[in-house]
Amino acid sequence: MSTPLVVTKRMTEYPSDSHTIARYEATGGYEQAKRALGMTRDELVGEVKTSELLGRGGAAFPAGVKWGFLAPERPAYLVVNADESEPGTFKDRQLLERDPHQMIEGMIITAIANEAHLAFIYIRGEYPKPARRTQRAIEEAYQNGYLGRGIFGSDYDLDIVVHLGAGAYICGEETALINSLEGERGEPRLKPPYFPAAKGLYMKPTIVNNVETMSNIPHILEMGGEAYRDLVIALDTGTYMISLSGHVKRPGNYELPHTLSWRELIYDIGGGIRDDKELKAWIPGGASAPWFVPDEHLDLIVAKEACALAGSMLGSGAVVVMDEDTCMVRAAERIVRFFSHESCGQCTPCREGTTWMEMILRRIDEGAGRPVDLDLLIDVSDGISVGLQWPPKMTTICPLGPSAVSPIIALRDYFRDEVQRHVDLGGCPFELKSGETRARAPSSLAGAGPEVRGGSTGSIPSDRESAGEGSS
Amino acid sequence: MTSGQPEFVTITIDGREHQVLSGEMLITAAEDSGTYIPRFCWHPRMTPVGMCRVCIVEVDTGRGPALIPACMNPVSDGMVVATQSDVTKKAQEAVLEFLLANHPLDCPVCDKGGECPLQDQALSHGPGESRFVEIKRNYEKPIPISDLVLLDRERCILCDRCTRFSREISGDPLIEFFDRGNKTQVNTFPDHPFASYFSGNTVQLCPVGALTAGPYRFRARPWDLLKVVSSSLFDTAHPRIEVHASQNEIVRYTGVDNDATNHGWLSDKARFGFEYIHSEDRLGAPLVRRKGVYEATDWAEAIDVAADRLGLIRDESGGDALAVIGGAHGTNEDAYALSKFARVALGTNNVDCRLGDSLSSHFLAGTVDRATIGQLDDADTILVWGPDLKEEHPTLYLRVRRAAQELGAELVVVHPRATGLDDVAFRKLTYRPGEGFDLVQALDDGRYPDVIEALDADNVVALIGIASHADGPHVAEAVAALVRARRGRSDLLPLNSRANTYGALDMGLAPDLLPGRVGVSQEGVGRLRDHWGEVPSVPGRDTAGILEGLISGEIRGLLLVGADPVRDFPIPALAEEALEAAEWVVAIDLFITDSTRHAEVILPAETFTEKEGTVTNVEGRVQKLNNIRPGPGQTRPDWAMLDDLAHRIGAPLGLSSAEAISKEISTVAPAYVGVSWDLLEWEARDGVVVPLEGESQLAHIPVAVATDGKRENGLSLHVARTMYDDGVRLRHSPSLSRLALGPVVLVNPLDATALDAVPGDSLRLVTVSGEGRFEMVVDEGTPAGTVYVPFNQPGATALGIDSAVEAEVADA
Ligand SMILES: Cc1cc2nc3c(=O)[nH]c(=O)nc-3n(C[C@H](O)[C@H](O)[C@H](O)COP(=O)(O)O)c2cc1C
Ligand code: SF4
Ligand code: SF4
Ligand code: FES
Repeated sequence: MSTPLVVTKRMTEYPSDSHTIARYEATGGYEQAKRALGMTRDELVGEVKTSELLGRGGAAFPAGVKWGFLAPERPAYLVVNADESEPGTFKDRQLLERDPHQMIEGMIITAIANEAHLAFIYIRGEYPKPARRTQRAIEEAYQNGYLGRGIFGSDYDLDIVVHLGAGAYICGEETALINSLEGERGEPRLKPPYFPAAKGLYMKPTIVNNVETMSNIPHILEMGGEAYRDLVIALDTGTYMISLSGHVKRPGNYELPHTLSWRELIYDIGGGIRDDKELKAWIPGGASAPWFVPDEHLDLIVAKEACALAGSMLGSGAVVVMDEDTCMVRAAERIVRFFSHESCGQCTPCREGTTWMEMILRRIDEGAGRPVDLDLLIDVSDGISVGLQWPPKMTTICPLGPSAVSPIIALRDYFRDEVQRHVDLGGCPFELKSGETRARAPSSLAGAGPEVRGGSTGSIPSDRESAGEGSS
Repeated sequence: MTSGQPEFVTITIDGREHQVLSGEMLITAAEDSGTYIPRFCWHPRMTPVGMCRVCIVEVDTGRGPALIPACMNPVSDGMVVATQSDVTKKAQEAVLEFLLANHPLDCPVCDKGGECPLQDQALSHGPGESRFVEIKRNYEKPIPISDLVLLDRERCILCDRCTRFSREISGDPLIEFFDRGNKTQVNTFPDHPFASYFSGNTVQLCPVGALTAGPYRFRARPWDLLKVVSSSLFDTAHPRIEVHASQNEIVRYTGVDNDATNHGWLSDKARFGFEYIHSEDRLGAPLVRRKGVYEATDWAEAIDVAADRLGLIRDESGGDALAVIGGAHGTNEDAYALSKFARVALGTNNVDCRLGDSLSSHFLAGTVDRATIGQLDDADTILVWGPDLKEEHPTLYLRVRRAAQELGAELVVVHPRATGLDDVAFRKLTYRPGEGFDLVQALDDGRYPDVIEALDADNVVALIGIASHADGPHVAEAVAALVRARRGRSDLLPLNSRANTYGALDMGLAPDLLPGRVGVSQEGVGRLRDHWGEVPSVPGRDTAGILEGLISGEIRGLLLVGADPVRDFPIPALAEEALEAAEWVVAIDLFITDSTRHAEVILPAETFTEKEGTVTNVEGRVQKLNNIRPGPGQTRPDWAMLDDLAHRIGAPLGLSSAEAISKEISTVAPAYVGVSWDLLEWEARDGVVVPLEGESQLAHIPVAVATDGKRENGLSLHVARTMYDDGVRLRHSPSLSRLALGPVVLVNPLDATALDAVPGDSLRLVTVSGEGRFEMVVDEGTPAGTVYVPFNQPGATALGIDSAVEAEVADA
């Protein structure tokens, strides 16, 4: 059973102009927003609840339930999270670049459902092109009267403001994002009491949703919540975008065609391991997720519950594949370095612990590891995420700190010997073997953005800077 | 939790059930139940931030055990808390090990060592070893972030206490976190030092030695300190302090948390105002002037010389030819002795503890509807019409700021220029100095309906004082009348700047007052007859009258007690002339000052840290001061000198000890009945507010005053005090004396342009009573048309109380 493409349909069918308002409207665009104006909050929230749409920002929280939590106080705000900074994740970028109107229509519907008249899109600062496309699409929508005063000729006002981030991963965490929007330091707020739906932007009720979540909304209205729910893909409902990267032959963004196993994802869709090497491990859901290994996980299905049972998550949909030559110590160091660099610094365990972990890993990688270091590393991790389990028992305010220990769980469970060899040999066995010093960890792990530009080898056709960008 | 019956819930801590107040934070509920949960960022007087994570405990609220910070989570019924479980211990030990990982182990040379929450909690809740073998974080250490405070970022554990204090409590967020993650650091903004009047609180708040105070650095080890609780006489609210001495030298004051006054906070003036105590210039022996030069002598001779002439004048010209100025900086016991000395030994009512810049004595002492500081917390509306509280009444400033910012009071501020409270005020009215009446009139006429509406609230507290020298006391009385006439309940706090003015007035240090808020009258003196004998029953002269009397020769002899009219009286030239003209001046003081140098005999006094006694603050709260060290050399308490002087004059006062005086006060002063040292030391350590209602013998009737003549054009002069000035105690405290502004005039940019002056130019200001040169500072906070000259600045000439001023750029 194959599932139709949903959020990537238009960009797949009309690669050259899917981002324009003309194409958007020619393919049924903005009809659902108009319809939404005639619907009540209860009807709209009900439809999304029925769809069982799960948030695509990483936590997979049911969107309709979140909307239902919106506190009665007004004004309410809508904030779309386009900070996409999780290493290995690059799906929102594609959605913004290639189909911005789809997200904007989703925002209009969401704003109506949540009685918001002001909405923000927080786009990571390293995404200039998606930001330009989004900004232009918003301007088009304003020109057509779909945004601004009295949208679509109704008496409903809605403004959308684009805000660019300044290079902090933590600003993707919804409360840090809100702080950042307010002009404060990008630091997560404590939950409770600061659940955005109760006390969000300017302490007012606020809905924060991911770009992909928003992009699904018009389709839910179009096909009906029930039909959407029954698409039944990775997250058990609806469809799901995966950013596949690392040592596969065909990295890129894929909207999953049907329920499938990891083996199918990596070998069929991804085309298998580069140079036909052996698969060593993969990260199923972004740098925060504990790793999977072929012996145990290859035949699990790519689905929320199945991942959770195996002690990991689908998270932001970033799958990073590592081949047999990958140095696990270095891969772990990359990830830990990323989190330590991105820690906002509020919580002691995250601020101090991740830096300490990074130092230990770097020492092992550089050949100065001590026999006690792996246990020390595990114990330090234990202090950030007590018990080293999934989901974590956090000692921190937000999940960033505990995310940093995910690779350590893998080192502990699957790669103890490899760490030991680093210690015994006084250096990286892979380097010593090949005499090379090139890093053998997927570059997407360092938070450097997608390994493959624009997902050009993925299922979604490429959109080169030269094509269709115009002078904007 | 705000109203009605307190509700209790049952929680289980480590297997034992406890009834705790519903809604209370777990960290305090546990502590009250006998279980201490470690903490760094949490502070009882600030919003919890849950950042340090050391208070993490395992809690089960029915959904399985979870780790939560005890400082951020209120208790709920049935909560099961495990503070000793393996998971809790692991989490807490980890946090402590993490904090110590980068913390330099320079405890042996750290001021905080020995009283350091990080040390203490590492011992009680830490893992006992550090496995960190990497290179620690490195920063330049320490960097001065203000004139008084230094920051060692290596020691900082990023608890947000200092930064939160500056944001939330003092309202001058000049320190912030910079950078992020492992590089997060506290710092100041470029070119903006931590120039806060409250910076020292951050040193006390800091749970490690990251913030240290210049005046204390490396001066003592905490375990060597001798400590007593006392109250500061640098602030009219008398904030509670601990005085710390090492090797017989006072090395610091710390704030003591109490609900009544300061919540533990201190202004930097109150915190660091101790260096003068050990100043080399302090008098240690009585001085007698011989052939124009002072010579040190012994007490017997000094008393004889001083008293004989006073006695002679009294015998020749009567008590009316003698006068006393001062007494507002000492204890109530000393003030009482002085009051008795003036009446009994000198036979005069020419007594004044105020220096011509104050409200009327009846308003200050006799306001029956006087508010307490605590009432600010429940006020619907707070009116501040008077001095800039931040400059002159720092404790009240913090309390009013909190009430407006956190507790929802509507704040109305009236002052001739910007004040420290404007940012939290719901309404700010500005007026030209000298035109206060017009504003009262305008309010009465309904010109500001929003203000009137606010004043019509159920619960109004009005803090009323003299905002500008040009205003005089009567504007304040008109404001009081206006407030009292409104609909709801109103309580007043009449403001005055010298710290124990209230106690001194309660002891009768005013020409028309006797001890216990009793007016000078036949009846009043009758009540005292048993203790005082026959004393004059006609009110005497106030300070201005005394100075005039000295110039005219009607007054021949003067006793100055801790008063420096030449610098402190609003028209210093008059004071100078008067002291010059005086036939015989005796002074009791710590230093030779511009005023005491006119004395023939100077008797060396003690500071408030050197004597025992009581003081009375702005709300009428009586508190006990405790001494920690004797004064230097031959210094003595005032009462003892006065008793000796009286003896020699032939009118003994019968004073034997400060405590005995206190007993006498509680018998003769109606308001002080029952206020004993025992009570204050054992039962009411935060003091007692002496009752006003019914007890007061004074009825304060505000005068109705006509509008002053208005200025048609030209500039108006605003003169007001700042926190740091050239007061004698500050002048001899090097850390604070450099903070005074100096001879400056603050001018609105428009006026600066009109004067064709640029910042730094010297302006010549001329009023009826004086002229001087001042460096111009351009200041948006001063409205166009008004120029602001801070009072009593080092090197500045005084301009008197006139509001009209001519200004021009002075020739180079
Ligand atoms: C450290 C951290 C980083 C995050 N980064 C992102 C991000 O870049 N984009 C995103 O949509 N959600 C991110 N999230 C999740 C958001 O906090 C939030 O759950 C999400 O935006 C909600 O949208 P959704 O319900 O539509 O998924 C992050 C969460 C954490 C803890
Ligand atoms: S876990 Fe890390 S990123 Fe999250 S709030 Fe704490 S310090 Fe900041
Ligand atoms: S300087 Fe002290 S008070 Fe300020 S954040 Fe650091 S440890 Fe806390
Ligand atoms: S005391 Fe609770 S987190 Fe710091």
